[in-house]
Amino acid sequence: MAPGFSPNELSSYLVIGAILFSLGVFTVLTRRNAISVLMGVELILNSANINYVAFSHFGSGNADGQIYAIFVIMLAAAEAAVGLAIVLAIFQLFHTIEVEAAETLKE
Amino acid sequence: MTVSTAVFYLVAAITLGSAMIVAFSRNIIYSAFSLLGTFAGVAGIYIFLGADFVAAVQVLIYVGGILVLVLFAVMLTHRITDVEITNRAAGRIPALIVVGVLVYLLAQTVRETPWTKAKEIVFAATTAKIGDLLLDTYLLPFELASLVLLAALIGAVVISRKEIKE
Repeated sequence: MAPGFSPNELSSYLVIGAILFSLGVFTVLTRRNAISVLMGVELILNSANINYVAFSHFGSGNADGQIYAIFVIMLAAAEAAVGLAIVLAIFQLFHTIEVEAAETLKE
Repeated sequence: MTVSTAVFYLVAAITLGSAMIVAFSRNIIYSAFSLLGTFAGVAGIYIFLGADFVAAVQVLIYVGGILVLVLFAVMLTHRITDVEITNRAAGRIPALIVVGVLVYLLAQTVRETPWTKAKEIVFAATTAKIGDLLLDTYLLPFELASLVLLAALIGAVVISRKEIKE
């Protein structure tokens, strides 16, 4: 491990966030499966939240960053519910959840 | 190395290792269950950052809500027998190059930026502070959030219901 990687360093949290973000982008780019794409989006949102909370903790010391993180979590829940409902609707219509299958707006 | 540093390494390893399984696994069930490790690990990172309330919310909503939703969606859209081939991935090499450059740039930026740190870093319970802020400075976004959740609830029901053709 790098010498600066410790729980008391801001940069270690930012590096964790960066790696998590990149893995999320990789998932979104390569997956053909709509549910897996949504999983990648969740990874990206989690990495953004780590950055919010880390800057809130090491920076100003007030709780604003944590409030943003809570709003992001709330929106992620709404996004997951609507996204997975759309996936189910696509599955009923096309009998597959590969994202390329659903390229028309109707049957 | 102190115990807390060791635990921090462990939490970081669990988070990133599970995220790698999510990104690279060929089996969608493994991907979905590995999300559990990632979400729980991120909750642990929040605790290291002194954000106890956010960690609790993370466990409640991500592990208890979103993960169950994802698993339901996987189970409802796959026949159990052909689950193994359904997590197809395409264009891995170009994506790997793009993501490699991205993570290099991000890490370089993190390393070279002179981050200013607060004079003293406090570990205190944050729930009361967050509650005050939500009903004071962030009252309007808070109320909008409830509206968004209501719209998402109704929208999800409308979209996923079976249409009865007459």
